[in-house]
Amino acid sequence: MSAFANIVLGGVFHAAVLFLVAAGLQLVFGVQKILNLACGSFYALGAYFGITFVGFAIASGMPAWALLPVLVLAGLIVGLVGLPIERMLRTVYGRDESFQLLLTFALLLMFQDVFRFFWGANPRSIEANYLVYGKLAGGDFTVPVYNLLVILAAILVAAGFGLFLQKTNYGRVLRATAENRAMAEALGVNVSRVYAAVFTAGTMLGTVAGALVVPTAAASLDMAVELVVEAFAVVVIGGLGSMPGALAGAVVVGLIHAYAIYAYPELELLATYLIVIGVLLLRPAGLFGRPAT
Amino acid sequence: MKPPPQIVAALFGVAALAVFPLLAPTYYAGLMIPFFAYAIALLGFNLLFGYGGLLSFGHAMFIGFGAYGTAVMAGVFGVKSFELALAAVVLGSALAAIPIGLLCVRYTGIFFGMLTLAFGMLFHSFLFKFYYVTGGDSGMRIPRMNILGLEFAQYNKITFLTGPFYYYCLALLVIAAFAMWRIVHSPFGLHLRALRENSRKAEYLGVHVRRFRLAAFVISAAFGAAGGAILGFRIGLADPELVYWTQSGQLVFMTVLGGFHHFLGPVIGALAFTFLQDQLQSLTQYWRFVLGAILALLVIGFPAGIAGWADLANWRLKSRKAAA
Repeated sequence: MSAFANIVLGGVFHAAVLFLVAAGLQLVFGVQKILNLACGSFYALGAYFGITFVGFAIASGMPAWALLPVLVLAGLIVGLVGLPIERMLRTVYGRDESFQLLLTFALLLMFQDVFRFFWGANPRSIEANYLVYGKLAGGDFTVPVYNLLVILAAILVAAGFGLFLQKTNYGRVLRATAENRAMAEALGVNVSRVYAAVFTAGTMLGTVAGALVVPTAAASLDMAVELVVEAFAVVVIGGLGSMPGALAGAVVVGLIHAYAIYAYPELELLATYLIVIGVLLLRPAGLFGRPAT
Repeated sequence: MKPPPQIVAALFGVAALAVFPLLAPTYYAGLMIPFFAYAIALLGFNLLFGYGGLLSFGHAMFIGFGAYGTAVMAGVFGVKSFELALAAVVLGSALAAIPIGLLCVRYTGIFFGMLTLAFGMLFHSFLFKFYYVTGGDSGMRIPRMNILGLEFAQYNKITFLTGPFYYYCLALLVIAAFAMWRIVHSPFGLHLRALRENSRKAEYLGVHVRRFRLAAFVISAAFGAAGGAILGFRIGLADPELVYWTQSGQLVFMTVLGGFHHFLGPVIGALAFTFLQDQLQSLTQYWRFVLGAILALLVIGFPAGIAGWADLANWRLKSRKAAA
C-alpha cells in the first residue's frame, strides 16, 4: 500500500511540474505554431534564478513560510526574458518549421552557457528547507506538504488557464488568433502584442515550474536538455496545442516515470518513449489533439 | 569542351584534402577524421532534409548504430577487417531503418521531427540503461582494426590516423559523394525533390510518396552508420553521448551552416563546424554560447549557409562582369 501511495504521489508531483512546462509549450505552439525546444532552458532558468532569489530573500529576512510564494515570484520575474526572446523569434514567424526549431535549438545552446557562466558547472541547491510546511503522514507513508502545495498550484494554474481561455474576452482573442491569425488581425486584434503576451506567459509557466521544483531537487546543467524530451513526450501524448492534452499527457508520463523507477529502473525513460511512439502510431494527433493537416 | 565547374571544384577540393596532412600540423590532420565522418553522414542526412524536406531530429541514432555496430563486430565477434565491419553496419543500419522509417515517413514537418527524436532517445536510453549489454555511460571499446587487410603495425595510433587512415577516409568520402551525386541526379532524386515541393501534386502524378520517403530514410541511415563507424574507430569507443538528441541537433546545425540547398553544402558545413568548434573550444569555455549565437544569426539572417553565400558572391561577380 505504501509503495503504491508513494508511486502515485511521486508521479503526480512530477506530473504537476511537467504540466506547467508542457502548458507553456502548448500555449506557444497553439498560438504561434512554434515548437519551442528552449522550454527546458526556461525551466532550468527558473530553477537557477529561484535559488539565487531565495538566497537574497533569506538574507533580507524572509520568513521561512514564505518560500513557496517567493519562488513563484522568482519564476514570474525571470519569465520576463520571454519578451526579448519573442522579439528574436519574430524573425522566423511564417518561415519553415525547421528554421523555427533550429532557432529555439540555438537558444538552448546559448542558455547552457548562460547557466554555466552565472551558476557554474556544479549542481546547485537551495538553502531553504522545504519541510517548513511539515509532512503529512497517512497510514505507513509520509509526504512533504510542499509537494502537495505544488500539485495544488498546478491544478489552480490549469483551472485558471481554462477559465481564462474560455470565459474572458482576452482569452477569446487568444483563441481567435490561434485559429486564424489573418482574420483576427483584420478584426482589429493587435497580433504582435498578443504574440508577445502569449510567449511571455509560456515562458513564465516554464520558469515557475523550474522554481517550484528546486527545493526538492538540485539544479544542474543537464536539467534543461533532459526536460525537453519529457515535455515533448507529454505534448505528443496529449496532442500538440491542446491544454487538456497537456494535463493528460503529464499525468501519464509522470505516473509511468514513477512506476518504472519503482518496478524496473532500466525502463524509466524507455517506457515513456515507447508510449510516445505507440500514441503517435495509433492516434497521431495525440489523445486530445486535432488531426494534423 | 570545358568540364563543368562543379567537377573542377570537386577535383580541386579532393587535391587540397590530399595534400593537407603533408602541410598541416598533425593535430589538424587528426581533426579531419571526424570531419570525414560527419561529411559522409551529412551527405545522407541532406538527402532527407535538403532534398526530401524532412527534418530528422534523431539522426544521431544512425551514427550510434555505426559506432556500436563496429564495437560489437570488433569486440564481440572479433572481426579484424574494418571494411567488413563497415559493410555490416551500413547494411544493418539500413535494415533497421526500414521498420523505423515505415513508421516515421507517415508524417512530415514537426511530427516527423518529433517521432525521429523519440526513436533516437529510445535508442539512447537503451544504450544508457542496459549497461550489461552496452556498457552504459562508459560505452563499448572499439579495438584497432586493419584496413584493406593491412595491419600498419609500424604506425602508432596517431600516425596511423593521420596517415593511412586519413587517405582511407578521404577515399570513402569521395566514394560516398559520388554515390550520393548519382542518387540525387537520378529519377529517384528528382521524385524526392518533387515531393518536397508539393507532395500532393507529386502524388497525383503517380509518385509513391511514402515509398520514396522511406527509400531516402534508409539511404540516409546507411550513410549515417558509415560516418558513425569512422567516428567510433577514431575515438576507439562507442559511447551513448553520440546518440543524445543534442547531437542530432548538431548534425542539423552543420548542414544549415554549410547550406542545405547545395549538394556539397553539408560537406562544407562539416568542415567549417569541426574547425569552428575546435577553435572556439580552445578560446573559451563558453563556446556553446558562441555556436548558438552563430546558429541563431544563420537562421535569422542567412539560411542558405556558406554555400549559398558563395553562390551569391559568384552571382554578383557575374552580374558585375555582365554590366561592364
